[in-house]
Amino acid sequence: MPTLAFPSEALTRTGSLNVGSVPPLADADRKPLMKKDVAADHPTWCPGCGDFSVLALYFKLIEKRKMHHEKITTVAGIGCSSRFPYFVQAHGAHFIHGRALPFASGVSLSRPDLHVFVFGGDGDAFSIGGNHFTHTARKNVKMTYCVMDNNVYGLTKNQTSPTSPIGYKSKTDVWGSGDRPINPMKQAIAAGATFVARTTHTNPNHVLQIMEAAMDHDGFSFIECLSECVEFYPGAFDGANPRKGGQFPLVPENHDVTDEYAAYQLSEDLMPGKFGIFYKVSRPTKNANEAKIISTNREKFAALPDWQILQKNFDRMK
Amino acid sequence: MSDTTTAAAQAGGPPQISQISEAVIRIAGNSQDGIQAIGGFLARLAGRSEQEVMTFMTIPSTISGGPSIFQVRIGSGEVLSAGDEADVLLCFYQHSYEGHLGSLKKGGIVLYDSDHVKEIKPENETKYRHIGLPISSLVVEAIGGTGRDKGKNVYALGLIAKMFNLEVPKLHRLLQERFAGKDPKVAETAIAAFNGGYSHTLAAAAELFKFKPGENIGQNQIVMGGNEALAYGLIAAGVRFGAGYPITPWSDIMELLRKELPKYGGSFIQCEDEIASVSMAIGASWGGRVAVTGSSGPGIALKTEAIGWAVMAEVPLVVVDVQRGGPSTGMPTNVEQSDLNIACFGGHGDSPRVVIAPSSVEDCFYTAIEAVNIARKYSTPVIIITDQGIATRIEAFKMPELNKICQDITPDFTPVADHKPYDLAAPDGVTRHLAPGTRVASGKYPIVTGLEHDELGHPTGSPKLHLQMTAKRRNKLRKLGAELPVPAVFGPPEGQVLLISWGSSKGPVEEAVKQARAAGNAVSSLHIKYLNPMPNGLEKIFEGFSHVFVVELNDEGLYGYGQLAALLRARYCDSKIRGITKVDGLTWKVREILDRVNVMTK
Repeated sequence: MPTLAFPSEALTRTGSLNVGSVPPLADADRKPLMKKDVAADHPTWCPGCGDFSVLALYFKLIEKRKMHHEKITTVAGIGCSSRFPYFVQAHGAHFIHGRALPFASGVSLSRPDLHVFVFGGDGDAFSIGGNHFTHTARKNVKMTYCVMDNNVYGLTKNQTSPTSPIGYKSKTDVWGSGDRPINPMKQAIAAGATFVARTTHTNPNHVLQIMEAAMDHDGFSFIECLSECVEFYPGAFDGANPRKGGQFPLVPENHDVTDEYAAYQLSEDLMPGKFGIFYKVSRPTKNANEAKIISTNREKFAALPDWQILQKNFDRMK
Repeated sequence: MSDTTTAAAQAGGPPQISQISEAVIRIAGNSQDGIQAIGGFLARLAGRSEQEVMTFMTIPSTISGGPSIFQVRIGSGEVLSAGDEADVLLCFYQHSYEGHLGSLKKGGIVLYDSDHVKEIKPENETKYRHIGLPISSLVVEAIGGTGRDKGKNVYALGLIAKMFNLEVPKLHRLLQERFAGKDPKVAETAIAAFNGGYSHTLAAAAELFKFKPGENIGQNQIVMGGNEALAYGLIAAGVRFGAGYPITPWSDIMELLRKELPKYGGSFIQCEDEIASVSMAIGASWGGRVAVTGSSGPGIALKTEAIGWAVMAEVPLVVVDVQRGGPSTGMPTNVEQSDLNIACFGGHGDSPRVVIAPSSVEDCFYTAIEAVNIARKYSTPVIIITDQGIATRIEAFKMPELNKICQDITPDFTPVADHKPYDLAAPDGVTRHLAPGTRVASGKYPIVTGLEHDELGHPTGSPKLHLQMTAKRRNKLRKLGAELPVPAVFGPPEGQVLLISWGSSKGPVEEAVKQARAAGNAVSSLHIKYLNPMPNGLEKIFEGFSHVFVVELNDEGLYGYGQLAALLRARYCDSKIRGITKVDGLTWKVREILDRVNVMTK
């Protein structure tokens, strides 16, 4: 047998900071996390940005649900809103533009013990990452995806976004955008998302309520949260803000959340549109499907160490 | 069959049997004829008979139909390449006859299906020994009218078994194993077809052959293809998650992992595209256990941005590139080694990563394990760059000691006191990540990111940190370079010509060295497995030779050197380094290498 130039090695995990073992800590002895425990870097967003409110409510969710630091997993792509993981004191990843969903799927599918939250903007979700949005929804990978939709590209300073309304004047459409905007609700329902909800940053209680419901959903839960860009698109969502003379119409109480067609109809109106859970059904998750394939396959080999499973295959190749 | 002792057939008597130490058999037909299956049986039989074996095949990229060949070289001694010329050509159609007669050595045997091959030029009859049999009709006779083209391959296998006195019980067992689990009638029909072929007297043959006993006596051999070996190597290495998108010739690896990983508690996910698959693999790797993605040429191009992220965030990852002819869609089913540049440099910014190339099927298995270990030890993406020349080739090799080699790389979630993944003061200079789910007692949690960052992973615009972190990412791979084993020269360490090979070219290059030395020429070779970083000390090896020729399957490029030759020239500024390149979509023939050496040393 050839000798490996690089045999398997036990690796130290923390470099020079591995300062001895840490005593176990029983859940009962752990103090509930407060906002100060989960806040990390000071957000780089512009004063007045809608994203602050989403972050504050994420902290509130962590506090309310008594989550522990290490069980919080925050993933994002690229964009203003995608800076999110830096502001949360927890394991997090800031991935490349548009690909937060497949990255998060890798975490979710290989680590079923974690609930992954993905935060991003409309460009990440519906433009560069449009393909991944469709397929992650279709596969029903367990995670919560919160799109902070501001209808504009903010980080790159005012270009047309896939949700910019027709006529929106940006640096790339000085005469006004002419492309039909994407309707995030319709997109999510058509793609097969099993939890589709809409909220807005100016109604904190509603945001929290939707986040909780999304987190409790077993599957791909999608939230569109209107989040105003005060710098480049101020007033975009005034129509959905009663304090600015707009309205906040809730999803009607008699709406059947399992009725796909009714959910689609609810999505017709873009501004102010409806707020609440449009669609919610139970369908096997990708995670559950994979777990089932694994358990079926493991039945035959349960008692065997890995090398003997491989040996069985190799013996057939003699 | 060089040592064949020719014995004239007795008039009317059975053909003589000659002892041979090796033979190259080429089978040519269409892709739906099951030609690869016969080749596979022959290779497996050779493996079980303690022979060395190496195969070569071409498959058309069309969905069904189109010419297909399988060449198998079986030897009692060491077999380094699939052989330049065939000793026996079996052809099913006129087009296979015409297309491959040129690959037969002068005086070689052409066994053809006279139901389809009708035109034989008289001058060919004097050059080669022709044996025409109505194979298609004989198959119908052997297994009944329903079989038609279906049993033709197995019938032909019977003929070959007869011609080479192969071990019938072992072949019967192989056929039974192959069709196990199907309707028992399928195996019965296959054996009937085989027996039909085997019972043919081959009276038209002047001689029949028998292999001398193999030199690997008592060796427990295993027979598989390069893609299979690579996939099983990843499993042995402890990889339990992968993601990919179908593309030839990478798909075999993903299909195998999809099927096998669940047995080990793992998953392989088919993604919507190449970018999703690399992203998903990186996500899983960050989740705590090195994951794999892979592709071929065009797909690798799509993955480069995400690989750059893994370099920046220093997340371990294994990426398999089964090279094919490029650029763009190129030559999907042909061999080429033209992805070295994208493997080493694909991506924007300074993004050092590891590139390793296996050289044989056996090496695919062990390289996969090493790739995983390097990825973990240096917290880096590792690209395994293989090629069509190994991917679809079947070889026999010694059964690995799986109980010793299989690894457990389960992540460790023990809480830690504190953690800085990008610790600039780490004694080994290497980043270590904590899997999410690990408690950090200090309450300070790290972030992984594509932005330039500080030691905790938080973004920074500090020029000083960018300098330090860039150096950190570079230096850890320099350290790896210093740890790499310096390759041994094949042949004497001094001479006129040093041939350099990488990837699948190793075998043909070493065979070229043997032939050149037998002819009295001072030729040696050096195989480079670790391509980025390269091991240190190669310049000392080059000093022993007047010429250094890098033999690779890619274009000479704008400046006259292949991709590895250009890298070596850039590193060593040595004008005696020159390139021997070609892009005809086929593996190297030993003759081609020697001819080029002759011209370049004149």
